[in-house]
Amino acid sequence: MTTAITPPNTIPTPTGRTSLLRRVIRRPLGAISLAFLLVVALIAVIGPLIAPYDPNLASLQLVLAQPSAEHPLGADSGGRDVLSRLLAATQISIAAALVALVTALLIGVIAGLIAGYYRGWFDNVASWFTALVMALPGIVVLLAARAVVGPSVWAAMFIFGILLAPAYFRLVYAAVSAVRSELYVDAARVSGLSDLRIISRHILSVVRAPIIIQSAIVAGIAIAIQSGLEFLGLGDMSVPTWGSMLNDGFINIYKAPLLMMWPSLAIALTSIALTLLANVMRDALERTVQVRRRRRRAVATATGSIAAVTTSIGTVTGGIGLDAEAEAEPTIRHADDERAAARAGDTILDVRDLRIGYGQDDGGTLEVVHGVSLDIRRGEVHGLIGESGSGKTQTAFAVLGLLPRGGRITGGSIDYEGVRLDTAGEREYTAIRGRRIGYIPQEPMSNLDPSFTIGSQLVEPLRVGLGLSKKDATEKALALLERVGIPDPKRTFAAYPHEVSGGMAQRVLIAGAVSTDPDLIIADEPTTALDVTVQAEVLDLLRDLQAERQMALLLVTHNFGVVADLCDRVSVMQHGLIVEHGPVRAIFGRAEHPYTRSLLGAILDEGPARAPLGGADIEQADIEDADIVKAAVVKGGAR
Amino acid sequence: MPGETVGLVGESGSGKTTLGRAVLGLAPVTGGSIRYAGREIGQLHRRERRELSSEIQVVFQDPYSSLNPALTIEQILIEPLTVRGVTSAAAKQRVATLLEQVGLPVDARSRLPREFSGGQRQRVAIARALALDPKLIVCDEPVSALDLSTQARVLDLFIEIQERTGVAYLFISHDLAVVRHVSHRVAVMYRGEIVESGDGDQVTARPEHPYTQKLFMAAPVPDPDQQEERRIARRRLMAIAAEG
Amino acid sequence: MLPFVLRRLASGVVLVFVISVIAYALLYLGGGDIARRILGQNATDDVVAQKAADLGLDQPLLAQYFDWLTSAFGGDLGRSWFTGQLVAVSVSSRLAVTLSIVIGATIIAAIVAVVLGVLAARRGGWIDNVVQFVSVIGFAIPGFLIALVLVLVFAINLGLFKATGYVPFASSPSGWIASVTLPVVALSIGAIATVAQQVRGSVLDALSRDYVRTLRSRGLSTNRVVYKHVLRNAGGPALAVLAVQFVGLLGGAVIVEQIFALPGIGQLAVQATGAGDIPVVMGVVIATAIIVVVVNLLIDLAQAALNPKVRLS
Repeated sequence: MTTAITPPNTIPTPTGRTSLLRRVIRRPLGAISLAFLLVVALIAVIGPLIAPYDPNLASLQLVLAQPSAEHPLGADSGGRDVLSRLLAATQISIAAALVALVTALLIGVIAGLIAGYYRGWFDNVASWFTALVMALPGIVVLLAARAVVGPSVWAAMFIFGILLAPAYFRLVYAAVSAVRSELYVDAARVSGLSDLRIISRHILSVVRAPIIIQSAIVAGIAIAIQSGLEFLGLGDMSVPTWGSMLNDGFINIYKAPLLMMWPSLAIALTSIALTLLANVMRDALERTVQVRRRRRRAVATATGSIAAVTTSIGTVTGGIGLDAEAEAEPTIRHADDERAAARAGDTILDVRDLRIGYGQDDGGTLEVVHGVSLDIRRGEVHGLIGESGSGKTQTAFAVLGLLPRGGRITGGSIDYEGVRLDTAGEREYTAIRGRRIGYIPQEPMSNLDPSFTIGSQLVEPLRVGLGLSKKDATEKALALLERVGIPDPKRTFAAYPHEVSGGMAQRVLIAGAVSTDPDLIIADEPTTALDVTVQAEVLDLLRDLQAERQMALLLVTHNFGVVADLCDRVSVMQHGLIVEHGPVRAIFGRAEHPYTRSLLGAILDEGPARAPLGGADIEQADIEDADIVKAAVVKGGAR
Repeated sequence: MPGETVGLVGESGSGKTTLGRAVLGLAPVTGGSIRYAGREIGQLHRRERRELSSEIQVVFQDPYSSLNPALTIEQILIEPLTVRGVTSAAAKQRVATLLEQVGLPVDARSRLPREFSGGQRQRVAIARALALDPKLIVCDEPVSALDLSTQARVLDLFIEIQERTGVAYLFISHDLAVVRHVSHRVAVMYRGEIVESGDGDQVTARPEHPYTQKLFMAAPVPDPDQQEERRIARRRLMAIAAEG
Repeated sequence: MLPFVLRRLASGVVLVFVISVIAYALLYLGGGDIARRILGQNATDDVVAQKAADLGLDQPLLAQYFDWLTSAFGGDLGRSWFTGQLVAVSVSSRLAVTLSIVIGATIIAAIVAVVLGVLAARRGGWIDNVVQFVSVIGFAIPGFLIALVLVLVFAINLGLFKATGYVPFASSPSGWIASVTLPVVALSIGAIATVAQQVRGSVLDALSRDYVRTLRSRGLSTNRVVYKHVLRNAGGPALAVLAVQFVGLLGGAVIVEQIFALPGIGQLAVQATGAGDIPVVMGVVIATAIIVVVVNLLIDLAQAALNPKVRLS
């Protein structure tokens, strides 16, 4: 038995109309656990009333009696009826566990709310107290307490409640800290809500479900500790509990082995039911949260790897949004213009009618890319442009053989310099990825392993893939870092990812992608996460490297400016299909597909700036007097 | 000025979001002053600050975190109203008006935020900001998480609402093109300081401060030929800067 | 790295000090008339007063504590009131027994849990389901019930191991192994369940990270990425859980020692508690607190070795 408590890994949000209870009952394990616990609760209430004998009535004739008609479970070493004792013990054991539970709940939740919301000194004190409590095993503290206060079940469980309070404290604290930084709490504050209202409305509602789950786990632990203490013979022997019955059974383990079985079963089954219930509840909550998480991530990165999937899920469940429209409609193809033709080499990547699907829980497949054809020529920059959910990133991952879990190619072919990639296995891909196709990701920071130095992450593929010696690989990595414009290559080589800026990290990733001299680089929104001035520098770098090494570049992006800056040819994607394709000037100048036109129309750069109000000659002073706002946050005031 | 949009441009870490939060009373002001309607609001207490809530409102960047996922759209929109003591019947009436104003169907009221797309959520956030008829809305990157076409529609909604209600915006963004589209006047922030400010057209098309020029040149133009020219111009500028 | 170690060490010392203050105050203030309890109701008041003076109980509490603290620094934790044995001697001689089963259980738990957790996270499917279900049950059933079942099945019914008693390693290595096997198994099952869940969760989390895809895109095989990069990043959270588990195992050992009649620190604690032998209880509390602090420090160091960010913070 352990006092280790694992709070739910995520902080689930109560979502939706279907109540937690209903979702739990719908699962067989949940329903069985709940039913069993209800029976235990019922016995706890009426147990002593239905007990056939006085649980403490001892009879010398009955010492260690076998089960009989009068005494269905026999009698214990004191000649007392085991069934009556078991029924009475249920009440005491459950009540004792409840004392611990309620104590922990009150202290932990209130302290967690205060410390999480207001921070400050209370936070420090509470955290210190938590560390203090966690530094001793609960049972040792209880033993010490027993030496002082004597064998009282209730006092012991009250103290144990205090020891368990950190379980709630940490849970509530984490949840409150997370919610506190949510923008909707800021919005509520701006709306003028008081702290109390914000806590009760926005914060309690979020922690309610995790608290219920935690309570099931804590109740199990309280029952275990309480019976453990009684089992050690340190409890009040006149009060029947599961633990003291177990103690009696253990002493007589050779004479009457059955005696141990009943309290053991009561403790084990109740603990299992509580834990299973907690697990079912967590599963029920987490499933809904996952979807939300993914969507959020997809938006936060403007276009994530799973954006396509989740948007489509939204289509299925939400009913608002897109349909995979008119698959039959052919791609509009513009002929090569002079510039595109001048760059035209032989085709190195040929994607035909590519379809990508994701396996669903119900066994079906959700298709997110519906037949994409694409060819990339040696040494060209090919733009793949579309909005989030269009399937452009999925297409790129499919070429790399790196689709997220559950995703697979359901149709079509991918041909790379004569090698079929759509049917390639892990071994074939290992020979191609890195060596012949490179990849530049979108988010610089999350794409470097935080636990290894930048240098070792560059050297590892060189040694494994190209078989270079450590010395050669290090030299090559340093040269690459210098080539991508890193001011102090040696220092960056030895640095960990969190020690460099986002722009530097992206340069490191570019260095990694070109390190093995591939013929094709797939760049997935390589500048989206960067500031505009850094973006310009990274685009320059990409252009120079591409020209220098004559490698082909598949540039996945949603930014028309980036396309205009780099690309020779462009494919426009919508809803998992390529709707229009052609040389970059044809797409910008003579777009035919309505979707391409609407995208181009949405670009803001062309429009005139709004004219100043009330004529152009308003002076600063007028505006200050115009009584709306003049913010003058001095340097230092603004972080 | 009422009915005016002041754009605030800057890159990450420039302090533009902190400035917006200071105006909203969400970030502490350590020096200087923020005056609203002739009144100093930089150092207000919570209670006084709350009274300002019907005057200054906010629309945040992330449409996924700015709406409580557990509340329906109606509950979200009623929240600021109940603080003001509006009766529930009047509040419901107001919710219908607000939804219409931002172009959402009336049956949206009983749904949860997760049933909406990013653009639609941002419309809900705008409706919440409008609920108390504020005179100023701080818009912190309200369209940067949205797709291109959604972005254009939401920006048009901002402009339309301003023309109808005369609300003023403090419009914070990293995107020069977006700011140019909505702002009458523009200020540029760099490392915690405003380095240039003036009329929208002037700042975004003919910038004077070297940083603003760099910012302007760095944004690629969505036209291959123009972008080639801009690229050459930018490299020349960089070369000059490197020599100077 | 050194400032990090020193800071952790300092906070550990403070923690042990605070625990000693609280424990001392509660134990000596809450005990009532201690001399009377030792001597029983029949003793005369004079004898009781004499006993109290012998034990230093007539001094103010602060002075008593200061005495205790100064001798504790010299390694003297006082004498048992009933047996007269030196507390430091009886605690340290029994600590070896307890630590051998707790450390054994921790090591087994760590190894088995990593294997099960990685297997469940990578294979998925039925293996994952089985590991998950067994984990839930292992977590739910109290360790002492598992110990009882083991005694019944392996010691009493099958007679494979001795049900009770302890054989020191020095006198018979094979006897020692036979005497600690069942206790270690009983203790480790709960820990395996909890740590395996954690390992599974953090491996799944690490596998979904962007850098895994990027490393694979450089031509590294999935196995290499998993064993070199994913495990290292999943190690931190798993170690944190293991640290908490160690404290739990120390507590679990108290009951398990009782079942297997092992002369460990738990047995000492139970006897002292039953008799009201305050100096011994105090000694057990302090010894436990020091062990926990030391183990946490070791885990912190391991964390720092795994994760460069910890080193700097």
